[in-house]
Amino acid sequence: MKDELDRKVPLPDELKKRVIKGPDGFEFEVDPMQDYFCQEPPKEHPPIYVKIVEDFFNWARSESLWILGFGTGCGAIEMRPLMTPRFDAYRYGIQWRPTPRQANLLMISGYLSVKTLKRAIRAYEQMQSPKYVVGLGSCTINGGMYFDSYNTIKRLDEYLPVDLYIAGCMPRPEALLKGFEDLKKIIRAGGAEGANHYAEHFERYKENQKKVILDWDMPDYSW
Amino acid sequence: MKELFNRLKTHFPLGEITEQRENLAFINVERAQLRALLLHLRDVEGYTHLVLLTAVDWLEEGELQLTYLLNNRVQALDVGLRVMLPREGTVMDSIHDIWPTAETYQRELREMFGIDFPGSPRVNDNFALEGWVETPPYRRDFDTLEFSERNFAHREGRETFDPRAHMKKKLYPDGGA
Repeated sequence: MKDELDRKVPLPDELKKRVIKGPDGFEFEVDPMQDYFCQEPPKEHPPIYVKIVEDFFNWARSESLWILGFGTGCGAIEMRPLMTPRFDAYRYGIQWRPTPRQANLLMISGYLSVKTLKRAIRAYEQMQSPKYVVGLGSCTINGGMYFDSYNTIKRLDEYLPVDLYIAGCMPRPEALLKGFEDLKKIIRAGGAEGANHYAEHFERYKENQKKVILDWDMPDYSW
Repeated sequence: MKELFNRLKTHFPLGEITEQRENLAFINVERAQLRALLLHLRDVEGYTHLVLLTAVDWLEEGELQLTYLLNNRVQALDVGLRVMLPREGTVMDSIHDIWPTAETYQRELREMFGIDFPGSPRVNDNFALEGWVETPPYRRDFDTLEFSERNFAHREGRETFDPRAHMKKKLYPDGGA
């Protein structure tokens, strides 16, 4: 949790630690920022089996990319044709899931405002490892046409561990399919260690995130 | 629209009128007259719909201009009331009791222009931004490029070309005839 002293934006009252009186007169202390979440930082899970087993695992992972299609920006429009018969991403073992718990690939589809970044971070942390992040479009790479916006971040990899960027404004569905194939190659080669990278550099990621999200009103790690 | 202006003029002190089209005009009014004028336009003249409430920052004049755009559905006429306010410590009277939709506009103006509307419901809540501590971003003295460079991580390698100079160089490498 962000330290109360260096907050520029005060915590709202309903999230402050307080004493509550129950209906039976029993008083207890409630700290909404601690009580409902496990705040333990993520752990690294390095490959532990022999190479051939890990390679098999990685092949299996690469063939089932389940996407959490977080429609952050205009890029979400380009994902819809992929679900439909014309481009049909399902034939590559790619499907869209409605919740972070069922997904292992977070697509950041376009510009991320600071407000959305907060939700994207929570969604990413709730996904189960091994998990991958793909940034779509120039907005996630260097800000794109929103390079001078007061409200959009310019580099996604400062805040989340990105495995692959797909360039374009916006990338066409064909480019996305190529990107998925490239991501599969990275996973099969054992290079998609974003979740471990996030765990290893957790402090740095949190520092970057808190630098832009001033009203930090969530636990440091939610899963 | 001139007839409306002349009718209003018999009841209220009005500033000048700008006739944009034959069915759209803007009238400058004083802050003290605004509420009575809005009620009169709504209840007597049939301007029942608040189309929008927006602001313009006149940085050089040190003023903020609020525009209340009203629509008369029956006669298909629009009239805008313009109120000039000082830029520093801007406070305006809330009209959420006349049109409940004004509440949302006033929240937005509070956040984006820093105009306070005391008494308007939830006016101090977050609207589009969360945890904003700087100058309100729609004020013209807020430098969004400088803010973006100061706050958000930057990636090197971005190049920008002036389209005119770039195309000229590309099409006429020897400088043109």
